[in-house]
Amino acid sequence: MGKVAIIGVGQSSFVRGYPGTIKELAFEGFREALQDAQITTKDIEASIICSAPEYDKQRSPAGVIAEYLGLIPQPTFYLESLCSSSSMGLKVAYSMVKAGLHDSVAVIGFQKMSEISSAESQERMGRGADIQWESPFGTMMPAYYAMYARNHMATYGTTPEDLALIRVKSGTYGQLNEKAVYRKSVTLDMFSDPESTMSSPVASPLRVGDCCANADGSSCVIVVNEEKAKALCKKPVWILGVGAASTAVNMVGRDLFNGLTVAQQAGEQAYKMAGVTPKDIDVAEVHDCFTIAEMMAYENLGFAKPGEGKELIRAKETYKDGSIPVNVDGGLLSKGHPIGATGGSQIRTIVLQLRGEAGEIQVKDPEIGLVHNIGGVGLYGNVSILGR
Amino acid sequence: MGKRKIDVRFSKFGTVSFTSTTKVNDFIDYLEQGKVMGTKCKKCGALFFPPRADCYKCLESDMGWFEVSGTGKLVTYSKLEYCPVGFEDDLPYVIALLDYGDYKVFGRLADDLPEEDVSVGMELKTVSNNLPNGQLSYVFQKP
Ligand SMILES: [Zn+2]
Repeated sequence: MGKVAIIGVGQSSFVRGYPGTIKELAFEGFREALQDAQITTKDIEASIICSAPEYDKQRSPAGVIAEYLGLIPQPTFYLESLCSSSSMGLKVAYSMVKAGLHDSVAVIGFQKMSEISSAESQERMGRGADIQWESPFGTMMPAYYAMYARNHMATYGTTPEDLALIRVKSGTYGQLNEKAVYRKSVTLDMFSDPESTMSSPVASPLRVGDCCANADGSSCVIVVNEEKAKALCKKPVWILGVGAASTAVNMVGRDLFNGLTVAQQAGEQAYKMAGVTPKDIDVAEVHDCFTIAEMMAYENLGFAKPGEGKELIRAKETYKDGSIPVNVDGGLLSKGHPIGATGGSQIRTIVLQLRGEAGEIQVKDPEIGLVHNIGGVGLYGNVSILGR
Repeated sequence: MGKRKIDVRFSKFGTVSFTSTTKVNDFIDYLEQGKVMGTKCKKCGALFFPPRADCYKCLESDMGWFEVSGTGKLVTYSKLEYCPVGFEDDLPYVIALLDYGDYKVFGRLADDLPEEDVSVGMELKTVSNNLPNGQLSYVFQKP
Protein backbone atom coordinates (compact mmCIF):
# COMPACT_ATOMS: atom_id res chain seq x y z
CA MET A 1 0.00 0.00 0.00
CA GLY A 2 1.21 3.43 -0.92
CA LYS A 3 1.76 6.56 1.07
CA VAL A 4 -0.87 9.18 1.89
CA ALA A 5 -0.33 12.88 1.22
CA ILE A 6 -1.77 16.31 1.85
CA ILE A 7 -1.95 18.26 -1.41
CA GLY A 8 -4.05 21.26 -0.39
CA VAL A 9 -4.65 23.35 2.72
CA GLY A 10 -6.84 26.35 3.43
CA GLN A 11 -8.38 28.36 6.21
CA SER A 12 -10.66 31.35 6.58
CA SER A 13 -9.65 34.37 8.61
CA PHE A 14 -10.43 33.68 12.26
CA VAL A 15 -12.78 36.46 13.37
CA ARG A 16 -15.27 37.51 16.02
CA GLY A 17 -18.87 37.44 14.84
CA TYR A 18 -18.55 36.04 11.30
CA PRO A 19 -21.21 37.79 9.17
CA GLY A 20 -22.50 34.70 7.36
CA THR A 21 -23.84 31.17 7.73
CA ILE A 22 -21.83 28.08 8.68
CA LYS A 23 -22.03 26.99 5.01
CA GLU A 24 -20.52 30.27 3.83
CA LEU A 25 -17.89 30.07 6.54
CA ALA A 26 -16.93 26.49 5.58
CA PHE A 27 -16.71 27.57 1.92
CA GLU A 28 -13.89 30.02 2.69
CA GLY A 29 -11.45 27.39 3.99
CA PHE A 30 -12.57 24.87 1.35
CA ARG A 31 -12.09 27.23 -1.61
CA GLU A 32 -8.58 28.13 -0.45
CA ALA A 33 -7.63 24.44 -0.15
CA LEU A 34 -8.96 23.60 -3.64
CA GLN A 35 -7.16 26.59 -5.14
CA ASP A 36 -4.02 25.61 -3.25
CA ALA A 37 -4.22 22.05 -4.65
CA GLN A 38 -5.36 23.32 -8.07
CA ILE A 39 -8.18 20.81 -8.19
CA THR A 40 -11.99 20.98 -8.44
CA THR A 41 -14.83 19.46 -6.42
CA LYS A 42 -14.92 16.55 -8.89
CA ASP A 43 -11.52 15.46 -7.58
CA ILE A 44 -12.90 14.98 -4.04
CA GLU A 45 -14.36 11.51 -3.43
CA ALA A 46 -15.60 11.99 0.15
CA SER A 47 -15.76 14.62 2.85
CA ILE A 48 -15.50 14.65 6.64
CA ILE A 49 -17.09 17.65 8.34
CA CYS A 50 -15.62 18.44 11.76
CA SER A 51 -16.99 20.70 14.50
CA ALA A 52 -18.30 20.71 18.06
CA PRO A 53 -22.10 20.45 17.86
CA GLU A 54 -22.95 22.49 20.96
CA TYR A 55 -22.33 25.70 19.00
CA ASP A 56 -24.48 24.71 16.01
CA LYS A 57 -28.11 25.54 15.43
CA GLN A 58 -28.11 23.42 12.26
CA ARG A 59 -28.80 19.77 12.94
CA SER A 60 -26.47 17.38 11.14
CA PRO A 61 -24.33 20.07 9.47
CA ALA A 62 -22.38 17.62 7.24
CA GLY A 63 -25.04 17.23 4.55
CA VAL A 64 -25.92 20.92 4.47
CA ILE A 65 -22.29 21.98 4.14
CA ALA A 66 -21.37 19.26 1.61
CA GLU A 67 -24.23 20.41 -0.63
CA TYR A 68 -23.12 24.06 -0.43
CA LEU A 69 -19.54 23.11 -1.29
CA GLY A 70 -20.64 21.02 -4.28
CA LEU A 71 -19.54 17.76 -2.68
CA ILE A 72 -22.73 15.79 -3.38
CA PRO A 73 -23.46 12.98 -4.17
CA GLN A 74 -20.16 11.90 -2.60
CA PRO A 75 -20.37 10.41 0.91
CA THR A 76 -20.06 12.86 3.79
CA PHE A 77 -20.30 12.56 7.57
CA TYR A 78 -19.83 14.52 10.76
CA LEU A 79 -16.94 13.95 13.16
CA GLU A 80 -16.53 15.36 16.65
CA SER A 81 -13.78 15.15 19.25
CA LEU A 82 -14.18 18.68 20.64
CA CYS A 83 -11.18 20.91 19.89
CA SER A 84 -9.24 18.13 18.15
CA SER A 85 -12.05 17.28 15.70
CA SER A 86 -10.19 18.13 12.50
CA SER A 87 -7.01 16.30 13.56
CA MET A 88 -9.18 13.25 14.23
CA GLY A 89 -10.65 14.00 10.78
CA LEU A 90 -7.12 13.78 9.32
CA LYS A 91 -6.59 10.40 10.97
CA VAL A 92 -9.89 9.05 9.63
CA ALA A 93 -9.22 10.46 6.15
CA TYR A 94 -5.78 8.81 6.24
CA SER A 95 -7.44 5.48 7.10
CA MET A 96 -10.01 5.78 4.31
CA VAL A 97 -7.36 6.59 1.69
CA LYS A 98 -4.86 4.04 3.00
CA ALA A 99 -7.54 1.35 2.89
CA GLY A 100 -8.18 2.18 -0.75
CA LEU A 101 -11.81 3.17 -0.22
CA HIS A 102 -11.24 6.60 -1.73
CA ASP A 103 -8.43 8.27 -3.68
CA SER A 104 -9.13 11.64 -2.07
CA VAL A 105 -10.90 12.94 1.03
CA ALA A 106 -11.52 16.54 2.16
CA VAL A 107 -11.32 17.22 5.89
CA ILE A 108 -13.39 20.33 6.54
CA GLY A 109 -13.36 21.91 10.01
CA PHE A 110 -15.54 24.81 11.04
CA GLN A 111 -16.93 26.56 14.07
CA LYS A 112 -19.20 29.56 14.27
CA MET A 113 -19.02 30.14 17.99
CA SER A 114 -21.09 33.29 17.61
CA GLU A 115 -23.95 31.22 16.10
CA ILE A 116 -25.57 31.11 19.53
CA SER A 117 -26.15 34.05 21.90
CA SER A 118 -23.64 34.73 24.66
CA ALA A 119 -26.31 33.70 27.21
CA GLU A 120 -26.69 30.34 25.45
CA SER A 121 -22.93 30.06 25.26
CA GLN A 122 -22.63 30.75 29.00
CA GLU A 123 -25.18 28.05 29.70
CA ARG A 124 -23.32 25.51 27.55
CA MET A 125 -20.07 26.44 29.24
CA GLY A 126 -21.45 24.99 32.45
CA ARG A 127 -21.85 21.61 30.77
CA GLY A 128 -18.29 21.28 29.49
CA ALA A 129 -17.36 18.65 32.06
CA ASP A 130 -19.12 15.48 33.30
CA ILE A 131 -22.54 16.98 33.97
CA GLN A 132 -23.32 14.43 36.67
CA TRP A 133 -20.36 14.84 39.01
CA GLU A 134 -18.26 17.89 38.13
CA SER A 135 -20.44 20.52 36.42
CA PRO A 136 -22.63 20.92 39.59
CA PHE A 137 -19.57 22.52 41.26
CA GLY A 138 -19.49 25.33 38.66
CA THR A 139 -16.51 24.20 36.60
CA MET A 140 -15.19 25.91 33.48
CA MET A 141 -12.53 25.10 30.88
CA PRO A 142 -10.00 27.73 32.11
CA ALA A 143 -10.33 26.48 35.70
CA TYR A 144 -9.43 22.92 34.69
CA TYR A 145 -6.31 24.05 32.83
CA ALA A 146 -5.61 26.29 35.84
CA MET A 147 -5.60 23.19 38.04
CA TYR A 148 -2.92 21.71 35.76
CA ALA A 149 -0.97 24.98 35.96
CA ARG A 150 -1.16 24.96 39.77
CA ASN A 151 0.15 21.41 40.02
CA HIS A 152 2.86 22.09 37.42
CA MET A 153 4.01 25.09 39.47
CA ALA A 154 3.94 23.16 42.76
CA THR A 155 5.78 20.17 41.28
CA TYR A 156 8.36 21.86 39.08
CA GLY A 157 8.66 25.47 40.25
CA THR A 158 7.21 26.85 37.02
CA THR A 159 6.15 30.49 37.53
CA PRO A 160 3.30 32.66 36.22
CA GLU A 161 6.02 34.62 34.43
CA ASP A 162 7.17 31.48 32.58
CA LEU A 163 3.61 31.09 31.31
CA ALA A 164 3.48 34.78 30.36
CA LEU A 165 6.64 34.27 28.25
CA ILE A 166 4.66 31.82 26.11
CA ARG A 167 2.04 34.51 25.48
CA VAL A 168 4.76 37.02 24.61
CA LYS A 169 6.10 34.59 21.97
CA SER A 170 2.57 34.11 20.65
CA GLY A 171 2.14 37.86 20.25
CA THR A 172 5.47 38.13 18.43
CA TYR A 173 4.15 35.93 15.63
CA GLY A 174 0.43 36.59 15.96
CA GLN A 175 0.90 40.16 14.81
CA LEU A 176 2.37 38.83 11.53
CA ASN A 177 -0.56 36.49 10.87
CA GLU A 178 -3.17 38.26 8.79
CA LYS A 179 -5.71 35.52 9.57
CA ALA A 180 -5.37 35.84 13.36
CA VAL A 181 -8.12 37.37 15.49
CA TYR A 182 -5.59 39.00 17.87
CA ARG A 183 -2.80 40.79 15.98
CA LYS A 184 -1.06 42.79 18.70
CA SER A 185 2.22 42.23 20.47
CA VAL A 186 2.11 41.30 24.15
CA THR A 187 4.75 42.32 26.69
CA LEU A 188 5.68 40.81 30.02
CA ASP A 189 4.89 44.15 31.67
CA MET A 190 1.22 43.79 30.72
CA PHE A 191 0.95 40.78 33.03
CA SER A 192 2.05 42.88 36.04
CA ASP A 193 0.12 46.02 35.04
CA PRO A 194 -3.25 46.12 36.84
CA GLU A 195 -4.48 48.50 34.10
CA SER A 196 -3.91 45.86 31.42
CA THR A 197 -6.64 43.28 30.81
CA MET A 198 -3.85 40.70 30.33
CA SER A 199 -3.23 40.74 34.11
CA SER A 200 -6.87 40.26 35.11
CA PRO A 201 -7.44 36.97 36.98
CA VAL A 202 -9.70 34.35 35.34
CA ALA A 203 -9.11 31.16 37.34
CA SER A 204 -6.01 31.22 39.53
CA PRO A 205 -3.18 31.03 38.61
CA LEU A 206 -4.32 31.81 35.03
CA ARG A 207 -4.98 35.37 33.86
CA VAL A 208 -6.69 36.77 30.77
CA GLY A 209 -3.32 36.79 28.98
CA ASP A 210 -2.98 33.05 29.56
CA CYS A 211 -6.22 32.28 27.68
CA CYS A 212 -7.00 32.12 23.96
CA ALA A 213 -9.99 33.91 22.46
CA ASN A 214 -13.09 32.36 20.94
CA ALA A 215 -13.38 32.91 17.20
CA ASP A 216 -15.36 31.88 14.14
CA GLY A 217 -13.41 30.14 11.42
CA SER A 218 -13.02 27.26 9.00
CA SER A 219 -10.20 25.11 7.66
CA CYS A 220 -9.73 22.44 5.02
CA VAL A 221 -7.13 19.75 4.33
CA ILE A 222 -7.12 17.66 1.11
CA VAL A 223 -5.85 14.10 1.67
CA VAL A 224 -4.99 11.86 -1.32
CA ASN A 225 -3.21 8.61 -2.16
CA GLU A 226 0.35 8.43 -3.45
CA GLU A 227 -0.58 8.04 -7.10
CA LYS A 228 -2.84 11.07 -7.08
CA ALA A 229 -0.36 13.10 -5.06
CA LYS A 230 2.38 12.52 -7.62
CA ALA A 231 0.06 13.23 -10.54
CA LEU A 232 -1.47 16.42 -9.11
CA CYS A 233 1.08 18.02 -6.85
CA LYS A 234 4.65 19.31 -7.16
CA LYS A 235 5.20 19.47 -3.39
CA PRO A 236 3.09 16.82 -1.64
CA VAL A 237 3.43 16.68 2.13
CA TRP A 238 3.34 13.10 3.37
CA ILE A 239 1.43 11.94 6.43
CA LEU A 240 4.08 9.96 8.31
CA GLY A 241 2.33 9.28 11.60
CA VAL A 242 -1.11 9.72 13.16
CA GLY A 243 -1.57 9.04 16.89
CA ALA A 244 -4.67 9.44 19.04
CA ALA A 245 -5.71 8.69 22.63
CA SER A 246 -8.43 9.39 25.18
CA THR A 247 -8.75 9.47 28.96
CA ALA A 248 -11.27 10.00 31.77
CA VAL A 249 -13.26 13.21 31.47
CA ASN A 250 -13.49 13.40 35.27
CA MET A 251 -10.38 14.63 37.08
CA VAL A 252 -10.86 11.80 39.60
CA GLY A 253 -10.19 9.26 36.85
CA ARG A 254 -6.73 10.68 36.11
CA ASP A 255 -3.29 10.15 37.63
CA LEU A 256 -1.23 12.93 36.05
CA PHE A 257 -1.91 16.61 36.84
CA ASN A 258 1.11 18.37 35.36
CA GLY A 259 0.89 16.86 31.90
CA LEU A 260 -1.64 15.29 29.54
CA THR A 261 -1.45 11.51 29.15
CA VAL A 262 -3.32 11.70 25.84
CA ALA A 263 -0.56 13.88 24.39
CA GLN A 264 2.15 11.50 25.62
CA GLN A 265 0.35 8.47 24.20
CA ALA A 266 -0.69 10.03 20.89
CA GLY A 267 2.87 11.36 20.53
CA GLU A 268 4.46 7.96 21.16
CA GLN A 269 2.17 6.36 18.57
CA ALA A 270 2.90 9.03 15.97
CA TYR A 271 6.68 8.95 16.54
CA LYS A 272 6.71 5.14 16.28
CA MET A 273 4.58 5.10 13.14
CA ALA A 274 6.73 7.79 11.50
CA GLY A 275 9.97 6.16 12.67
CA VAL A 276 11.26 9.44 14.12
CA THR A 277 12.09 10.87 17.56
CA PRO A 278 11.38 14.30 19.11
CA LYS A 279 14.86 15.43 18.01
CA ASP A 280 13.86 14.92 14.38
CA ILE A 281 11.03 17.47 14.55
CA ASP A 282 12.00 20.72 12.80
CA VAL A 283 8.81 22.72 13.42
CA ALA A 284 5.71 22.11 15.57
CA GLU A 285 2.21 23.39 16.11
CA VAL A 286 0.89 22.64 19.60
CA HIS A 287 -2.52 23.18 21.16
CA ASP A 288 -2.02 26.36 23.21
CA CYS A 289 -5.62 27.04 24.23
CA PHE A 290 -3.93 28.25 27.43
CA THR A 291 -0.26 29.06 28.04
CA ILE A 292 0.07 26.09 30.41
CA ALA A 293 -1.13 23.83 27.58
CA GLU A 294 1.87 24.81 25.44
CA MET A 295 4.22 24.35 28.41
CA MET A 296 2.89 20.82 29.01
CA ALA A 297 3.07 20.05 25.27
CA TYR A 298 6.84 20.75 25.25
CA GLU A 299 7.24 18.08 27.91
CA ASN A 300 4.60 15.58 26.77
CA LEU A 301 6.01 15.54 23.22
CA GLY A 302 9.59 15.06 24.42
CA PHE A 303 10.94 18.48 23.37
CA ALA A 304 11.89 18.91 27.03
CA LYS A 305 12.06 16.58 30.04
CA PRO A 306 9.13 16.78 32.50
CA GLY A 307 9.45 20.07 34.40
CA GLU A 308 12.00 21.53 31.99
CA GLY A 309 9.58 23.14 29.56
CA LYS A 310 10.23 26.46 31.27
CA GLU A 311 13.90 26.30 30.28
CA LEU A 312 12.88 26.05 26.60
CA ILE A 313 10.77 29.21 26.68
CA ARG A 314 13.21 31.14 28.91
CA ALA A 315 15.99 30.42 26.37
CA LYS A 316 13.65 31.25 23.46
CA GLU A 317 14.32 27.79 21.99
CA THR A 318 10.72 27.62 20.72
CA TYR A 319 11.05 30.88 18.75
CA LYS A 320 11.47 30.74 14.96
CA ASP A 321 15.28 30.56 15.14
CA GLY A 322 15.42 28.30 18.20
CA SER A 323 16.15 24.58 18.35
CA ILE A 324 12.45 23.60 18.13
CA PRO A 325 10.19 26.36 16.75
CA VAL A 326 6.66 26.05 18.16
CA ASN A 327 3.53 27.95 17.10
CA VAL A 328 5.33 30.46 14.92
CA ASP A 329 1.94 31.36 13.41
CA GLY A 330 0.84 32.83 16.76
CA GLY A 331 -0.89 29.65 17.94
CA LEU A 332 -4.42 29.54 19.31
CA LEU A 333 -3.52 32.31 21.77
CA SER A 334 -3.26 34.83 18.92
CA LYS A 335 -5.14 33.17 16.04
CA GLY A 336 -8.21 32.41 18.15
CA HIS A 337 -9.72 28.97 18.65
CA PRO A 338 -12.71 28.08 16.43
CA ILE A 339 -12.94 24.58 17.91
CA GLY A 340 -13.68 22.39 14.87
CA ALA A 341 -11.40 24.42 12.57
CA THR A 342 -8.37 24.60 14.85
CA GLY A 343 -6.64 21.32 13.94
CA GLY A 344 -6.93 22.04 10.21
CA SER A 345 -5.37 25.47 10.75
CA GLN A 346 -2.45 23.89 12.63
CA ILE A 347 -1.98 21.32 9.84
CA ARG A 348 -2.07 24.14 7.27
CA THR A 349 0.75 25.97 9.02
CA ILE A 350 2.97 22.87 9.09
CA VAL A 351 2.23 22.05 5.44
CA LEU A 352 3.17 25.59 4.37
CA GLN A 353 6.34 25.36 6.48
CA LEU A 354 7.38 22.04 4.91
CA ARG A 355 6.78 23.43 1.42
CA GLY A 356 8.87 26.51 2.26
CA GLU A 357 5.88 28.77 1.63
CA ALA A 358 5.37 30.22 5.12
CA GLY A 359 6.62 33.72 4.29
CA GLU A 360 7.77 35.89 7.19
CA ILE A 361 7.44 33.04 9.70
CA GLN A 362 9.31 30.47 7.57
CA VAL A 363 11.54 28.22 9.66
CA LYS A 364 14.86 27.34 7.99
CA ASP A 365 14.47 24.34 5.69
CA PRO A 366 12.25 22.05 7.80
CA GLU A 367 11.86 18.40 6.71
CA ILE A 368 9.59 17.03 9.43
CA GLY A 369 6.78 18.83 11.27
CA LEU A 370 4.41 17.90 14.08
CA VAL A 371 0.84 18.86 14.97
CA HIS A 372 -0.41 18.41 18.58
CA ASN A 373 -4.15 18.99 18.93
CA ILE A 374 -6.07 18.39 22.19
CA GLY A 375 -9.83 17.98 22.71
CA GLY A 376 -11.34 19.22 25.97
CA VAL A 377 -9.01 19.32 28.97
CA GLY A 378 -6.84 16.49 27.67
CA LEU A 379 -9.87 14.28 27.12
CA TYR A 380 -8.87 13.58 23.51
CA GLY A 381 -5.36 13.93 22.09
CA ASN A 382 -4.14 13.80 18.50
CA VAL A 383 -0.56 14.03 17.28
CA SER A 384 0.21 14.01 13.55
CA ILE A 385 3.66 13.95 11.99
CA LEU A 386 4.13 15.25 8.46
CA GLY A 387 7.15 15.19 6.15
CA ARG A 388 8.06 16.53 2.74
CA MET B 1 -52.52 1.40 34.69
CA GLY B 2 -50.62 3.55 37.19
CA LYS B 3 -47.95 5.94 36.10
CA ARG B 4 -44.52 4.86 37.26
CA LYS B 5 -42.99 7.47 39.52
CA ILE B 6 -39.66 8.74 38.26
CA ASP B 7 -36.89 8.89 40.84
CA VAL B 8 -35.42 12.39 40.46
CA ARG B 9 -33.49 12.58 43.71
CA PHE B 10 -30.25 13.46 41.92
CA SER B 11 -31.66 16.87 40.93
CA LYS B 12 -30.74 17.93 44.50
CA PHE B 13 -26.96 17.59 43.89
CA GLY B 14 -24.80 20.71 43.63
CA THR B 15 -25.52 24.41 43.09
CA VAL B 16 -27.00 23.52 39.70
CA SER B 17 -27.79 19.89 38.90
CA PHE B 18 -27.77 19.01 35.21
CA THR B 19 -29.25 15.53 35.48
CA SER B 20 -31.94 14.15 37.76
CA THR B 21 -32.01 10.40 37.27
CA THR B 22 -29.23 7.93 37.96
CA LYS B 23 -28.96 4.41 39.32
CA VAL B 24 -26.86 5.74 42.21
CA ASN B 25 -29.57 8.06 43.55
CA ASP B 26 -29.02 6.69 47.07
CA PHE B 27 -25.94 8.95 47.08
CA ILE B 28 -28.39 11.80 47.77
CA ASP B 29 -30.03 10.04 50.73
CA TYR B 30 -26.59 9.44 52.23
CA LEU B 31 -25.70 13.12 51.73
CA GLU B 32 -28.88 14.04 53.62
CA GLN B 33 -27.64 11.85 56.47
CA GLY B 34 -24.31 13.70 56.40
CA LYS B 35 -22.37 10.95 54.64
CA VAL B 36 -20.35 11.18 51.42
CA MET B 37 -20.44 7.70 49.92
CA GLY B 38 -18.87 5.83 47.02
CA THR B 39 -19.63 2.38 45.65
CA LYS B 40 -17.69 -0.88 45.97
CA CYS B 41 -18.01 -3.75 43.52
CA LYS B 42 -19.14 -6.82 45.45
CA LYS B 43 -17.42 -9.13 42.99
CA CYS B 44 -13.94 -7.63 42.49
CA GLY B 45 -13.79 -5.14 45.36
CA ALA B 46 -13.05 -2.10 43.18
CA LEU B 47 -13.81 1.23 44.87
CA PHE B 48 -15.52 3.98 42.91
CA PHE B 49 -15.83 7.64 43.78
CA PRO B 50 -17.93 9.25 42.51
CA PRO B 51 -20.18 6.18 42.82
CA ARG B 52 -20.91 4.02 39.78
CA ALA B 53 -23.79 1.62 39.29
CA ASP B 54 -21.69 -0.69 37.12
CA CYS B 55 -18.17 -2.09 37.41
CA TYR B 56 -16.35 -1.89 34.07
CA LYS B 57 -13.60 -4.14 35.41
CA CYS B 58 -15.76 -7.25 35.84
CA LEU B 59 -19.05 -6.08 34.27
CA GLU B 60 -20.82 -6.58 37.62
CA SER B 61 -23.71 -4.35 38.75
CA ASP B 62 -24.03 -5.66 42.28
CA MET B 63 -22.53 -2.78 44.24
CA GLY B 64 -22.25 -1.92 47.93
CA TRP B 65 -21.56 1.49 49.48
CA PHE B 66 -18.54 2.76 51.42
CA GLU B 67 -18.02 6.07 53.20
CA VAL B 68 -15.37 8.59 52.15
CA SER B 69 -13.52 8.98 55.46
CA GLY B 70 -10.20 10.26 56.78
CA THR B 71 -8.24 12.78 54.79
CA GLY B 72 -6.94 13.12 51.25
CA LYS B 73 -4.00 15.04 49.83
CA LEU B 74 -4.79 18.26 47.99
CA VAL B 75 -3.61 17.58 44.42
CA THR B 76 -4.53 20.94 42.93
CA TYR B 77 -7.06 23.79 43.09
CA SER B 78 -8.17 26.98 41.32
CA LYS B 79 -10.17 30.04 42.36
CA LEU B 80 -12.75 31.08 39.76
CA GLU B 81 -13.48 34.75 39.06
CA TYR B 82 -15.99 33.90 36.31
CA CYS B 83 -18.65 31.22 36.30
CA PRO B 84 -21.23 29.46 34.16
CA VAL B 85 -24.90 30.51 34.33
CA GLY B 86 -26.48 29.68 37.69
CA PHE B 87 -23.35 29.93 39.85
CA GLU B 88 -23.16 33.76 40.10
CA ASP B 89 -24.10 33.88 43.79
CA ASP B 90 -21.23 31.54 44.66
CA LEU B 91 -18.40 33.67 43.18
CA PRO B 92 -15.56 33.60 43.90
CA TYR B 93 -15.19 29.91 44.73
CA VAL B 94 -12.34 27.40 44.72
CA ILE B 95 -12.60 24.02 42.97
CA ALA B 96 -10.16 21.35 44.14
CA LEU B 97 -9.13 17.71 43.93
CA LEU B 98 -8.24 15.38 46.84
CA ASP B 99 -6.32 12.12 46.50
CA TYR B 100 -7.34 9.43 48.99
CA GLY B 101 -5.02 6.81 47.54
CA ASP B 102 -7.61 4.27 46.36
CA TYR B 103 -9.78 6.98 44.82
CA LYS B 104 -9.96 10.74 44.34
CA VAL B 105 -12.66 13.29 45.19
CA PHE B 106 -13.43 16.39 43.10
CA GLY B 107 -15.26 19.28 44.76
CA ARG B 108 -14.89 22.72 46.32
CA LEU B 109 -13.09 24.18 49.29
CA ALA B 110 -15.44 25.23 52.10
CA ASP B 111 -16.40 28.92 51.89
CA ASP B 112 -14.50 29.65 55.13
CA LEU B 113 -11.29 28.08 53.78
CA PRO B 114 -9.70 30.70 51.52
CA GLU B 115 -7.33 29.82 48.68
CA GLU B 116 -4.48 31.55 50.53
CA ASP B 117 -4.73 29.05 53.40
CA VAL B 118 -4.16 25.91 51.32
CA SER B 119 -1.25 24.46 49.37
CA VAL B 120 -0.69 21.45 47.15
CA GLY B 121 0.02 18.33 49.24
CA MET B 122 -1.86 19.35 52.42
CA GLU B 123 -4.38 17.00 54.01
CA LEU B 124 -8.07 17.91 53.86
CA LYS B 125 -11.29 16.07 54.66
CA THR B 126 -14.56 15.82 52.76
CA VAL B 127 -17.81 16.79 54.53
CA SER B 128 -21.39 17.00 53.31
CA ASN B 129 -23.12 20.39 53.36
CA ASN B 130 -26.42 22.11 52.69
CA LEU B 131 -26.33 24.92 50.14
CA PRO B 132 -28.20 28.23 50.61
CA ASN B 133 -30.52 27.38 47.70
CA GLY B 134 -31.66 24.16 49.39
CA GLN B 135 -29.42 21.86 47.35
CA LEU B 136 -27.02 19.28 48.79
CA SER B 137 -23.29 19.01 48.22
CA TYR B 138 -19.96 18.37 49.92
CA VAL B 139 -16.89 20.52 50.58
CA PHE B 140 -13.27 20.16 51.65
CA GLN B 141 -12.18 21.37 55.11
CA LYS B 142 -9.11 21.26 57.31
CA PRO B 143 -9.21 18.10 59.45
ZN1 LIG C 1 -15.90 -5.41 39.69
